[in-house]
Order: sequence, then C-alpha cells, then structure tokens
Amino acid sequence: MIWVDTVVQGILLGGLYALFAAGLSLVFGIMRVVNLAHGDLIVMAAYLILVLVTALNLSPLIALLLAAPLMFAVGWLLQQLVLNRTVGEDVLPPLLVTFGLSVVIQNALLEGFNADSRRIGAGSLEIASFSVGPITIGVMPALTFATAILVTLALQLIFYRTALGRAFRATSDDPDTASLMGIRPGNIFAVATGLGMVVATIAALYLGMRANFDPTIGPARLIYAFEAVIIGGMGSLWGTLIGGIVIGVAQTVGAAIDPEWQILSGHLAFLVILLVRPRGLFPAGGR
Amino acid sequence: MRYRVQTGQGGSWIVALAALVIVVVFAALPFFGSRSLMQDLFFVFTMLTLAQFWNLLAGYGGLVSVGQQMFVGAGAYGVFAAAILWGINPVAGLAVSAVAALVLALVSAVFVFRLNDAYFAIGTWVVAEVARLSFAQWKAVGGGTGTSLPREARRNMWGADWVEQVTGLRAAAAMDVVSYWLALALVVATIGGIYWLMRRKTGLALAAMRDNPQAAASAGLNAGRIKLAVYVISAVGAGIAGGLIFMQNGRVSPDSAFSVIDWTAYVIFIVVIGGIGTIEGPIIGVIVFFLLQSLLADLGSWYLMVLGLLGILIMLFAPRGLWGLISGRTGFALFPIQRRLFIEERED
Repeated sequence: MIWVDTVVQGILLGGLYALFAAGLSLVFGIMRVVNLAHGDLIVMAAYLILVLVTALNLSPLIALLLAAPLMFAVGWLLQQLVLNRTVGEDVLPPLLVTFGLSVVIQNALLEGFNADSRRIGAGSLEIASFSVGPITIGVMPALTFATAILVTLALQLIFYRTALGRAFRATSDDPDTASLMGIRPGNIFAVATGLGMVVATIAALYLGMRANFDPTIGPARLIYAFEAVIIGGMGSLWGTLIGGIVIGVAQTVGAAIDPEWQILSGHLAFLVILLVRPRGLFPAGGR
Repeated sequence: MRYRVQTGQGGSWIVALAALVIVVVFAALPFFGSRSLMQDLFFVFTMLTLAQFWNLLAGYGGLVSVGQQMFVGAGAYGVFAAAILWGINPVAGLAVSAVAALVLALVSAVFVFRLNDAYFAIGTWVVAEVARLSFAQWKAVGGGTGTSLPREARRNMWGADWVEQVTGLRAAAAMDVVSYWLALALVVATIGGIYWLMRRKTGLALAAMRDNPQAAASAGLNAGRIKLAVYVISAVGAGIAGGLIFMQNGRVSPDSAFSVIDWTAYVIFIVVIGGIGTIEGPIIGVIVFFLLQSLLADLGSWYLMVLGLLGILIMLFAPRGLWGLISGRTGFALFPIQRRLFIEERED
C-alpha cells in the first residue's frame, strides 16, 4: 500500500514539473531554441509574487493575476530586444545569451533579496488534505496537478484552435513563407515567449507556495523541465505532462528507498529513457 | 591552374620567439616572483587551460557543453582517491585524473550524443549533475562533505623536496611551485596541442564541418567520430586541469569540484569575451577575466552580474569577441590556422 501512496504522490509532484516544463515546451515547439534562463525566470516570477503578497498584502491568487501580465511583458520585451537578435542558423548565440541571462538574473535576485529561503504563504491551504480510500492527498499537490492539466489543455487549445496558434504553427514550420502571409516571425516569437512566461508565473506560484525557494534554485528547475520535455517528446504538450509525471514518480520512489536518492533517481530515469527512446515517448510528427 | 595553400603569415617566427621568451620567463618566475603572484598565475593558467578545451569543444567542434565541470570533478576525485585509497603520489595521480575523465567521457557520450544543439547543452549538464550526486555518495572520499588531501601525500609530492633545496623555500611554498610549474606545462601543452591539431587535417575537417556540414559529409568526413574525438580530448584536458586545481587546493567536495559556475560559467565567459573559435580569444578573455575579478571580486554578486552582462553584450554586438575586433580589422593572427589559397597562374 505504501508503494501505491508513493506513486500517487509522485504523479502529483509530476504536475509541478510539468508546469515548469510547459513554458519551455511551448517556446521550443515554436522557435526550436532552449532558454537556459527558464528556471531563473520562474524563480524571478516567484519573487515577484512574493513581493506583491507581502508588500500589498494580497492573496496569492490575486498576486498571480497581477504578476502574469507583468511577466508576459518581461518575456515579450526580452524576445523583442534581446533574443530575436540571436535567432538564426547558428545555435551558439541564443544558448550563450540565455546562459548569461541566467547568471545575471540569479545574481540580481541575490543582490535584491539575499540568499535566505522564502516561501509564499498560502494559509490553511498549505496543510489541508483529503482522503481517497487509504491514501491521503494534500490539497496543494492536487491543485498543482489539476492546474498542470488545465494549462496543458489551454495551450493545446490556443495552439490548434485559434488564429494565434495557427500563426505559431506556421512560423514554426516555415518562417519565410509565414512572413509572406503577413506574419512577422519576430512578433510571433515575442508573443510565444510572453505566453511561456505567463505559464512560468503559474508554475512560480506553486513553486513558492509548496516549498522554500531561494535565488539559486533556478538551474535545477530548468533541468527538471528539460527532462520532462525530452521524455515526453520534443514539441508534444501532453507528452511534456507525462514526462513531468515520470520524473515525479521516479523521484518519490527513489526517495522512498533512500532520501538521498530522490534527485539522482529522477535524473537516472531520464537517462534510461534517453537510452531506450531517444526521441521521447510521444515524438511530435511521429517520424 | 597552379596554386598553393598557405597557413603561416609573415612574422610568424617573431611571434614564436616572443612566445618562447614569455614561457621561459614564466618558468623562471619561482626564483624571483612572490608566492601570491604564482598563485594568481596558477589560477590564470588553469582557467586558460579549461577555456582552451571548452573553446575546442564549442568554438571548433560546435558542441556547446554546460557540463565540463563533470570532468573537472572527476579529475579532482581522481587525485584524491588515488592518494587516499591507494597511496599514489598526487603528481602521478594526475594520470588517474585523466583516466577518470576519459571513462566518464566515453560513458556520458552514449547519452549526450543522442541530443543535438541546445539539448546537447542541457544533456551535458544533467550528466554532470548525476556525477556530482553520485560522487557525493562515495563515502570513502568524504561523501557529501568532501575530504582533504592527506598531509603525507602533500609532503611527498614529487619535486617538492628538490624545489625546497634549490630555492630554500618552505615546504608549503615549494608545493605551490610544483603546482605552478605543472600548470604552466599544462597550459603550454594545451595551447601547443590545439594549435598543432588545428593546423593538421583535423583542423581543416572541423572548419569544414562548421562551415558546411553537408559538403563536409559528402567529402567523406565522419562528423560523429570527429565530434566524439573532440569531446573526449576536451574531457581529458579538463580532467587533468581539475586534478591539478584540487591538488593545489588540498581539499575537495562534490559541490566545489562539480561547480557549474566555477568550471563552466566562468570558462564560457572567458571564451565568449575573448573571442570564440580562436586560440587567441581565450588568452585575451582570461586576462580580462582576471582583471575584472581583481577589481570587482569584493562586490560578490555584482561581479557575476557584470560578467554575465558583458557576455550577453559581446554575443549580441561583437560575436567574435575582443580578439575578433582586433583580428577582424587587421587580419593579424598570433596562431595562424586559416588556410589561404593563392592561385599563381591561370591556364584560361
């Protein structure tokens, strides 16, 4: 029974990782670039929510509603002013620029907030739980998981049912032809990065409410997110959700064997899948 | 049509002579320089070695790795494990460093070479994390908290006695001199080795792969094998450098030996600021890096912010780095590896 419990907790934890990864997956699907600062941008969003909650005494949910458009603007500006200059055949510039950005954000947060760990207070929600048969489920992990499903669903709908999604897909397939149809790839990329940042802000809310965070934890979140994207198959949004769950389950099972093995077993699960299914579980396009 | 391909430039022998003089001065430094100067130069030489190998990987091989700290860490633990578990002299332990890095490179290649470009970058980071977490489980060398190099292993370091007798220095300073000479030898061998590699067919193959992968493949180049070779060479180089850095340090821990900031982020900034894809670039970069660190190190996180911003600005506005600004204007190269085609006589 204890194993069923462990796996259930792992699946719910996977929801958090899927939220970390959804923004990355979206941006990769459209631009074929990886933002190495993704984890640090999530942490930055968590601090933004924290400031709104403590300074203005807002509830975390209201703070999210304020932070999301701000982070959209951050993503949009970042893409327009910086990252669009690096788009091209050569993969080196976007990688090195976002790597530099990661270091800058981390140290700016250290300077602004010092290295203490923080948490976004969520009141009684933090410890609330309910029982399903013999298994006790925390309300917060369940909420995270439900949000991950909703976010994936919403991105899926935007991608396949709206004019914006059509522009995303067209730009992704062939930016030159798309621009003949009146689409500016640069603007589409900026909207995509902005949207990715909105998802990152949602992830940040749960990151901050569920556990302590400090300015240096961004790269580890990036790695989990990246593993989820690869396990799921690049460019597949539902695959990313499954990928997050795989990492989550591997971590809780590893931790159940020996607490020191939690992170390591997540990474090992990723490496094993990379070995047997190098294109991920659900590769887009089915090639 | 008669033609010749020329790699050297007029004045190459002047550069070679100057390089020789610089190396001789550096080698003689322990006889007149201060100990702190030697420690600074040790740092510069080891960082320059790491930068040259990362540049070989990313600048020439097109393999952007964020996981070179894995090989630094493996090298560091190579020296410590050899000394603690098997009583091997730390200087000889550097061979264990090289082997440890080689083994990890071959194993990790199975995984990371399934990924391309950006995914290769994070893939190398993941395997480096796996290595860090695994080494933290190795209790015989201190587990998560790390361990020190045993006193007798440090005292018996090859060459330290001789240096003590010749220079009259204390034992601790004599050990620094040995480390310093090893670092100097390593960086000279690294730069010389990469220069040699680039002037051989390997350099031509790498340039061809970078400029036009399809054409290179159709000319019979096996890109996968060449890239694997570059990956392994860079790993072994970083491993030896890591062994040397932590041998001099005297203490190792998983977090310091596998630090992504110290052994990869700094190294990337050195190469990007100096100029990626050239041998001169990392040399300029390490000088700028050292000056910035001397000026700004007290400012803590501001220092890293400045370094990050500088890296971003250079990548955006001068992607060939500071050396690119110099050589782009003048066409001058300290280490000429460009092949120039001279057509001497046309038949038409």
